[in-house]
Amino acid sequence: MTSESKPYSGKQPDGTPLPAGGPNPPRSPDPETPGTKEGAPVGESLARDAWRRLSQNRAAMASLGLLLAIIVVCIVGPWLLPWGLAEVDWNAFGTGPTLEGAHYLGTDANGRDLLTRVLYGGRVSLSVALVASFVSLVIGVLYGAISGYLGGRVDNYMMRFVDIMYSLPFMFLVILLMVVFGRNIFLIYAAIGAVEWLDMARIVRGQTLALKRREFIEAAHALGVRDTKIVTRHLIPNAIGPVIIYVTLTVPKVILLESFLSFLGLGVQEPLTSWGVLISEGVDMMESAPWMLLVPSFFLAATLFCLNFLGDGLRDALDPRTR
Amino acid sequence: MSTLLEIDKLSVTFQLPTGPVTAVKDVSFTIAEGETLALVGESGSGKSVTSTAAMRLLPELAETTGAIRFNGENLLEVTPKRMRRVRGNDISMIFQEPMTSLNPLHRIGRQIGEVLVKHKQLTGNANRQRVLELLNQVGIPEPERRIDSYPYELSGGQRQRVMIAMALACEPKLLIADEPTTALDVTVQAQILELLKSLQAEYGMAILFITHDLSIVRHFADHVAVMRYGEVVESGRTLEVFDNPRHDYTRMLLDAIPRGRKEPAPADSPVLLSGHDIKVRFPLKKRLFGKSEYFEAVRGIDLSIRRGQTLGIVGESGSGKSTLGRALLRLLKSEGDIRFEDADISGLDKSGMRPLRSRLQVVFQDPFGSLSPRMTVGDIISEGLKVHHPEMNRRQREAEVIAALEEVALDPAMRNRYPHEFSGGQRQRIAIARALILKPELLLLDEPTSALDRSVQVRVIDLLRDLQKKHGLTYLFISHDLSVVRALSDDVMVMKEGRVIEHGSVDAIFNHPREAYTQALLKAAFIESEAA
Repeated sequence: MTSESKPYSGKQPDGTPLPAGGPNPPRSPDPETPGTKEGAPVGESLARDAWRRLSQNRAAMASLGLLLAIIVVCIVGPWLLPWGLAEVDWNAFGTGPTLEGAHYLGTDANGRDLLTRVLYGGRVSLSVALVASFVSLVIGVLYGAISGYLGGRVDNYMMRFVDIMYSLPFMFLVILLMVVFGRNIFLIYAAIGAVEWLDMARIVRGQTLALKRREFIEAAHALGVRDTKIVTRHLIPNAIGPVIIYVTLTVPKVILLESFLSFLGLGVQEPLTSWGVLISEGVDMMESAPWMLLVPSFFLAATLFCLNFLGDGLRDALDPRTR
Repeated sequence: MSTLLEIDKLSVTFQLPTGPVTAVKDVSFTIAEGETLALVGESGSGKSVTSTAAMRLLPELAETTGAIRFNGENLLEVTPKRMRRVRGNDISMIFQEPMTSLNPLHRIGRQIGEVLVKHKQLTGNANRQRVLELLNQVGIPEPERRIDSYPYELSGGQRQRVMIAMALACEPKLLIADEPTTALDVTVQAQILELLKSLQAEYGMAILFITHDLSIVRHFADHVAVMRYGEVVESGRTLEVFDNPRHDYTRMLLDAIPRGRKEPAPADSPVLLSGHDIKVRFPLKKRLFGKSEYFEAVRGIDLSIRRGQTLGIVGESGSGKSTLGRALLRLLKSEGDIRFEDADISGLDKSGMRPLRSRLQVVFQDPFGSLSPRMTVGDIISEGLKVHHPEMNRRQREAEVIAALEEVALDPAMRNRYPHEFSGGQRQRIAIARALILKPELLLLDEPTSALDRSVQVRVIDLLRDLQKKHGLTYLFISHDLSVVRALSDDVMVMKEGRVIEHGSVDAIFNHPREAYTQALLKAAFIESEAA
């Protein structure tokens, strides 16, 4: 080990002694370092570093907590509530929030318990968000990384295909799918996923173009590493920061898109529901039964709020300039 | 001469979330009118923080104590409004990066003129006349045409001249020059230093010159202050400090010049790598029909390296030296024959080259860019083993990594850490370990020491030398730094604009350069022939 030059941390521009665990770690195995094996202390990975900074961001952590709470309630809630999704209470048509008959957030015009329906709707909305975001993540990252890495003519053709996909009207695509395959929730996953990966592909391609000129990629070439390994081991992990941030922005977008489709009547089918459907129904009853609009709107807004704060927090935590 | 700037017990502490960090401690020095003081130190010594404090440009979280007296006025106590009048008018500053210090969207005439509008209320035609005069003074050719240029139309040296014109616009009494020549080629550096000297005589201004390069200081400054860890360890007249350094650190800095020579390789050793008429060109514009336009980076070069030899390739930026190196290792497409141990490798494709990759390795310039930030040091070093020795298991690879780290004098216990936890010199050692673990025969060293402090440079050079001796390595050493090349090479090739200007043994090139360009390079780098 050498004592040459100061550490590159920016935190120690002067000669203050380095903290243990800095660039000059103790030689002896540190029993307190998690993951210590054979006397080699494990360094603070970028992921852990980012998590530490994210956990200092109160807005992001509160959002994360609330988001997890919403998800858990949506999953567990329907089992605990006395009413089923399509169960009609003949004694309560369009009543407001009341303890009578356990309609804690009221019922809709057909006498179905609103809280139960909101939680079922949350399952649909959140699962659409999750699946569509995941589909767009996988396709977009791979497509973008390959296109950017190969470059030249291949890149040109791949990106022109993306441009063509962009130019197709989204509604037209959805209606076409509905006509051909009939109404089905999986079609919504597919349709949204098929559109959302385009942005992701462009973002990842841009990252890749910048990264592939970096010297560590060149060093990998000089080592004789195969192209597939360069993409998976070097390019994608280094492009992941902006990708994670974009995913947290995609999730609310997808929820809104599904709401929009459902609002137009192209989404999920009765009796199944989603937040978008509930809001659409609520709008019709806005004057006589405002809770029918307010309750699902509150859940949707809270989720989107949390995701946006979380996305902001992640962007700051992963930005190398704040490191 | 009266004192112009007096820095008295200046301390700067940054209140960081991780706790206070003192960047500058009790620093005191004075600059008299018309005099040059050089503030010397390695990266992180606090020299830039000191000068930024003098301009009161430090971020809010910095706490400054002590006094900075400019003509008797304590700048730490004046109002922000008064400070704005001082900045640019009495004290002005030029920076290291001429590429980024100018706003790319405005014409240079406007950027210089803006200073005059602010401080001298000079507008319209008078403003333009003064700008033209300034451009003329800083030696921009055809100022009438250049005044309407955008920064991207100028070379690095010209941009630095524009920065100087901007700094001089209000005839300041003090010019702070923060590494003004570090980003420039040596010949351009010499011109800029010459310019600063003549302008100093003309305007009678004092210069606070911040640099890490001691060879400049000796030729340029009247006084010198050496900084380390935020403190001034030694100061005095330049010649006295240089001839008679009292502090160990100063002595170490002065000694940190790569010395010695390489032992020549045996004359009968076989040729390992040779190239014949190598050309590399990059497409500028691609046309579907008709001729595409190309930029010729390397225009027909012959060379050969014998086993155990070091060939130094010297040239300024844009000379094509790095391109040539990459072409020889088949990392770039090129024309011409490349032979490795009598086998023609110029026609091999990627998979054909793969078995050879372990024998031809490379170390890059940028210690911060050449290691993937998301992999541990151990993973980075062992990556080549996974390609070339797939039969090895984890434990065997780990043993190899430990051996490689020990070889480059790093603690093997650090193998599970990530690159951002290491200093520049340590990262460069990691990059060397990554290349060495494959037991290569030829190592392409592309400016491996250029981004490092002098004292670190010397140690990396020693390491490279030891490794060469121990393993009988052959080096292709690319650098713009002549003193480093002299210390490491057998033969030297001087390149300019994609061509070889001069090729010969180290002694021939450094002691009896034939070509005018080589002579100019040597002179600009303040290299004296070793006989002197």
